Amino acid sequence: MTRLDELRGPGKAKRHNARTIAALTGNPGCNRRAVLDAAGVDKLKLADAVGFPGSFGQSRFALSRGNAFEAMLKADDCALLRSVLGAGDAALGYQDLGADSDDTLDDRHSRTARLLASAEAALIDHPLLTLEVAGQTVYLEPDLVAYAHEGRLQVVEIKSFAVVDGQAESAKVSAAATQAATYVLALRQLLERLGMDPLLVDHEVVLVCPRNFAMTPVAVRLDVRKQLATLRRQLSRLASVGEIIDALPAGLTFDLNQPSTELTAALEQVTPRYAPECISTCELSMFCRNEAAGTTGALGRPVREALGGIETVGEVLALASGSQPPTAEQEEAAAMLRHALRLRSEALS
Amino acid sequence: MSTLTALARAQAVATGRAQAVATVRHLHVHDHPMVLIPLAMAGEANAPLAALAGTDPARPELLVVTQPRDRDERFRFADRLGELLVSYLDSFTDVTEDVPVDRGKDVRTRYVDAPQLWVPNPGGVDFLRLFGRSTRFRTVDGEHPVPAAVPLLGRWLTFFANSAEVPGSSLLLNAVQALGLHWATGQSGAEDAQLGVLLAWIEEGAVAARAVENGPVAGPATDPDFDNRVLAPLIERQAPELPEVLRDLMLPTWERMWRTLNLLRRLPAGERVAQRWDGDKDAFTAFHQYLAEGGAPQPRRDGAVAAAARLQRLESAASRYAVQRAFDDPLVLAEYRLAGAAFAGTVTLAAPDRVDDTGRRPVLRPRIMVRTAEPVRVEPGTSLTSPARPSQRARVISVTPAGSPGESDVLLELSGGMGRKLVAEPGSVPAAGERLVLTTLSEEFRRSGSLPDPAETPWTHGGPPVVAEDSAGQADQQ
Repeated sequence: MTRLDELRGPGKAKRHNARTIAALTGNPGCNRRAVLDAAGVDKLKLADAVGFPGSFGQSRFALSRGNAFEAMLKADDCALLRSVLGAGDAALGYQDLGADSDDTLDDRHSRTARLLASAEAALIDHPLLTLEVAGQTVYLEPDLVAYAHEGRLQVVEIKSFAVVDGQAESAKVSAAATQAATYVLALRQLLERLGMDPLLVDHEVVLVCPRNFAMTPVAVRLDVRKQLATLRRQLSRLASVGEIIDALPAGLTFDLNQPSTELTAALEQVTPRYAPECISTCELSMFCRNEAAGTTGALGRPVREALGGIETVGEVLALASGSQPPTAEQEEAAAMLRHALRLRSEALS
Repeated sequence: MSTLTALARAQAVATGRAQAVATVRHLHVHDHPMVLIPLAMAGEANAPLAALAGTDPARPELLVVTQPRDRDERFRFADRLGELLVSYLDSFTDVTEDVPVDRGKDVRTRYVDAPQLWVPNPGGVDFLRLFGRSTRFRTVDGEHPVPAAVPLLGRWLTFFANSAEVPGSSLLLNAVQALGLHWATGQSGAEDAQLGVLLAWIEEGAVAARAVENGPVAGPATDPDFDNRVLAPLIERQAPELPEVLRDLMLPTWERMWRTLNLLRRLPAGERVAQRWDGDKDAFTAFHQYLAEGGAPQPRRDGAVAAAARLQRLESAASRYAVQRAFDDPLVLAEYRLAGAAFAGTVTLAAPDRVDDTGRRPVLRPRIMVRTAEPVRVEPGTSLTSPARPSQRARVISVTPAGSPGESDVLLELSGGMGRKLVAEPGSVPAAGERLVLTTLSEEFRRSGSLPDPAETPWTHGGPPVVAEDSAGQADQQ
């Protein structure tokens, strides 16, 4: 049994996907998330067990529309997808590597590698990619088509949010771009391992979305170089999770069969970094938020910065009223807070 | 996030109660607004599921699409919403007023009042914009005819959504931003986005806010859990109780909307709010007339010239709104003082009758000396304004350190706002002992750049826009 299995307990390991990697890189300073994700702990159940359940469901209406859109594109040997990609070449093959069970992952990964190495013109569905995250090899199962043509590979992502008059909801587009960038990076690493030129993978990805208010597809090309750079930087910043785990007390486990008090105590052994953005991306956020009550960080990074980076609300108010003398590096922030409090009191009197 | 607002948030955490970040109300609250709570169908491209709408808190009107994928039912929804909205809008077109223009040489007629729509949150505004986009190009004849109220609804919703982008406009407001403009809570902005939680913070405090966190959402997105467990089974078996379930879901938000309005009404309106509302009345009047003359739907995208003109209007509205808020509200002005763009002081010397006769003819140029303990970050030659005398300019002559450390003496020369004679009108020049705030902000009208006629759009900007396509484009709208 490895240390990671020990941390997780007997439960089945949750696998990473592009979305969890995006969330992880969105808050690279959070050791708690890094450890729990590395060990594959089911954070939703964990949150429930410690009394801070979150709701992270997806509407079945959204799911069924997404599936319907994808099925429509892939019907008749991907007829519609080919036309929207402008891939008229009849010789363009379509290969679906399909889904499979956990024990054959390696096999599917090598099939993916073989196929990509030899592919000249093909649409490749459900490839299995790997990515190094925090010192660990993570399997990625992108629900994507790698579009190989003219010796180059392009990531195609099918999304069911609408593009109206050339514009889509920016949050959704940026999430899709980050996800696609993860795939580009994984594909490039794969080519590198195969001894091929990683730059054969295009930094332009294709988003296929419904156009306007109907189900007609439209292909939009997105340059994800910026997301790639961010992703690379964040992945390198993710402290090697091995070191964090080694520093944890021996015998520590997040086995969900433990009583909640012990799980809470176990969680407190790993340093979190809570920010309000966690609420929409992390299953454990309600627990961490409760823990972070009274800190300026819990109010959001802009608030914390505007308060001169002072750690807690209590300290902010003590410095502002002058009841606590500032340390040398707090001098400047304290002067600003005192002035701010004076102005606020004057205007409100 | 300004330091003052951040400090208010910290105070809210410590006290468990929301803190004021404004001393006056910065938006117009109508006596007869229309409240509209839209709900969207998950997964669909901005398809409506339901709406609760009306002008009477006691009688909300419920509109429901029981089969969200049924095109006809969707248009019946749009038709009904269109009728509701248009009858509300038309109630403002009976009485007009004359306003002098061109320095009183001419008069212009506008409606004495304009309508006001309220939605719960910015998402509600986005929903209306897209719903406007999906309905305004429809036609009442041709292959896919729709009821007459539908394209009209589309044009109006587009008008309202566009005006919501204009800083300071009060035609379409959302409760979350309106409350956030006046109160700071002890939670993050992300958590403030939920109307129920935000309002509970303001009305009762932190504990009450936590208690309603898992309450019904204010739309337009529904809760996935509600979709899966409640809505999907009801839609599947075409349950007759579906409308009532949706009404119950939206009623708490409906009540919160009216409570929000009452809360805001209790604040005194800022002095310049009425002036901005006059601008809203002009905009409403102009668009109503445009439609009466058979106005075409707004284009999908503005042409180059129209886009540049719109950007210019938005920019000048934004800077005017920022200045007006600061002039109306000492707490907003305090943010500029903290940032060094304003300072407060006391007049120590005043020469109200000083005349400058070095020019061709003598002019009244009183000088005053102001002592301040606040940092002064202005150069000699800068023009300052005091919110108490907005039409008067004070030019900085010199800034010198005063007796005690940290204090400075600012010598200022005044012009304007003192009458036409060589002797200042009584009270128009600050007297010794008066406390004064001076700022680099100014309400002065700035001329905007001139733009070419759309027909003369240069090739660098795509050349003259091509018309015709928009009126006929039906194919991609389903």
